[in-house]
Amino acid sequence: MALSREVALDLLQTMWRIRAFEERVAVLKRSLQVHGLIHLSIGGEGVAAGVCRQLRSDDVVYSGHRAHGHAIAKGVSMNAVMAELMGKADGCCQGFGGSMHLVDRDQGFLGATGVVGGNLPMALGSALTAELGGGDEIAVVFFGDGAVQSGHFHETVNLAALWQAPLIFVCENNGVAEFTPRSAHTVVERVSDVVAPYGFESETVDGGDAASVWETFAGALTAARAGRGPVLLECLTHRRRGHYEGDAQAYREALEEEQWQAHDPLARLERRALDEGWLDESAAKAIADHAGAQVEEAVAFARASPLPDPKLAAELVYAPA
Amino acid sequence: MSETTFVTAVNQTLARAMREDERVIVLGEDVAEGGPYTVTAGLAEEFGVGRVRNTPISEGAVCGVAIGAAQSGLRPVVEIMFIDFITLALDQLANQAAKAHFMSGGQLTVPLVLRTQGGAGERSGAQHSQSLEAWLTHIPGLKVVMPGCAADAAGLLMTAIADPNPVVFVENKALYFRREELTEDPPPVAIGEARVLREGTDLTIVATSRLRHEALRAAEWLAEDGIEAEVIDPRALVPLDLETLAGSVRRTGRAVVAHEAVTAGGFGAEIAARIGEATFECLEAPIQRVGAPFTPVPVSPPLEDAYRPGAEQIHSAALDAVEWDKPAGVRYARRGDGPA
Repeated sequence: MALSREVALDLLQTMWRIRAFEERVAVLKRSLQVHGLIHLSIGGEGVAAGVCRQLRSDDVVYSGHRAHGHAIAKGVSMNAVMAELMGKADGCCQGFGGSMHLVDRDQGFLGATGVVGGNLPMALGSALTAELGGGDEIAVVFFGDGAVQSGHFHETVNLAALWQAPLIFVCENNGVAEFTPRSAHTVVERVSDVVAPYGFESETVDGGDAASVWETFAGALTAARAGRGPVLLECLTHRRRGHYEGDAQAYREALEEEQWQAHDPLARLERRALDEGWLDESAAKAIADHAGAQVEEAVAFARASPLPDPKLAAELVYAPA
Repeated sequence: MSETTFVTAVNQTLARAMREDERVIVLGEDVAEGGPYTVTAGLAEEFGVGRVRNTPISEGAVCGVAIGAAQSGLRPVVEIMFIDFITLALDQLANQAAKAHFMSGGQLTVPLVLRTQGGAGERSGAQHSQSLEAWLTHIPGLKVVMPGCAADAAGLLMTAIADPNPVVFVENKALYFRREELTEDPPPVAIGEARVLREGTDLTIVATSRLRHEALRAAEWLAEDGIEAEVIDPRALVPLDLETLAGSVRRTGRAVVAHEAVTAGGFGAEIAARIGEATFECLEAPIQRVGAPFTPVPVSPPLEDAYRPGAEQIHSAALDAVEWDKPAGVRYARRGDGPA
């Protein structure tokens, strides 16, 4: 399916919201106004938007430690995510999850996990639930190329193929696992090659090209909804920031600006939209400005939110029977 | 009433739960074939292989699948064939299942039952005979139950399946084919309610799972010497029914805590500490612990028999509690070689 003006503008709006959010979080982290290990997704906006904007709220998404963009694209309120990062009571998890454990049940964002690879089988469990329920909901799991070397990945891929479950694996292959390049972790360069023997559909796309992600994912979604089994979408992407905020990045060559410009999914989709005549310069700027204003609103909301009641910690260990 | 076994009680309870609630599914290695102890025999025939799912030998992913399914609305009962293999599923259990409700600020619930079995006695060696339940009690968010008879297995399993939290259900393979009388529809058992199996005034023996039967034997021997032991099975380790345990020890002033797991770092240490804190002013003697020695489980029959704690060790520990301040010359005789 070719990208339309309407979809392109929706993707741009979503990507700008993620970009503005992440850049603001980087600044807030420097003054310790947001807490804990913060993994930013700048460079991955095209994947988050291209995938999540096609999903319904009853489709389930699981993410990993780099989850802010996926949550925002899936419809989790930026106010609630920002408040969660600040450890506040109005956070999406009332300040009990934090950056790596965002959840919004109503939006079908069943969660981010801080243990790499741990989300994969859980997503399959949600896909199995959908299948047994007889509906056409599907599950999506986002993970990085680092997770592919985990046992959970291989066990889950095998099970998903065996059960022909409605699960879409979305791998963001940025070529770096934590501090070391992919070549130091495995001899298999492409994740789509890893799943090839299992016989399910897989495709590798340029993750910097939001249009391409959107178009390819649309095909995967149709297949999964129709009960044609699992699909893997590998998005070659770029991690603009360190593994986490504050990471010294001694392992990495300073990124050439040109290389970043060539990848930057936002700049690329914006250029495309301008070329197609879907918007003009001032409309493009208005989208970015609006996203920035929404992020400032989220910061104000989060700052004004109270801290969680300490009594809640003991109450939340078990659900009432 | 009819005669049954632990295995049959679990099997019939699973079938009953699956009949009553279509959200209940069973998954694990060979479950559609009944498994090595026939616990799930016949379920696939009645409910189909969609709800009774064989899985590959992928404990980590299978546990994760069950968690994802549970937080999406199903009520999975996942089987880990031997508790020794729970090591492979611990990430999912400890990092995901136990914390999902808490980390999501109460949005998610994980109504999952993880059935597994432990215990020695089958000459199966150090990787198929362990009692690892204490590890699980250290993770806030998990409930841990250890039924010691068919009636408790049925009653606790019913409750565990209905519970919105992850419950680890630890069976003991040595109890599987023990015969006992059971009513047609055994009543549910609340998780966290201990059961007093024998009343007594001189000391309290707290014993879990298989050891409760050993404790009852030891109590008979003690009675021959005029010592009346109260025997209590906590049935659940988390949450622990401290009220019943401490209430008994306040009356008797002496306590023995017995389990099959290695004594060091075992849950008996936690029970002893909690009883000690709650009843210090009533204690007439140090609380005694009975468990396995600090070695892996040996295979060779005489070695494994010596390894496994039983009635003799409980009897000896009970006498230690009763006689701890008496000189050696006036002590009762011990049976066997005494505590391992």
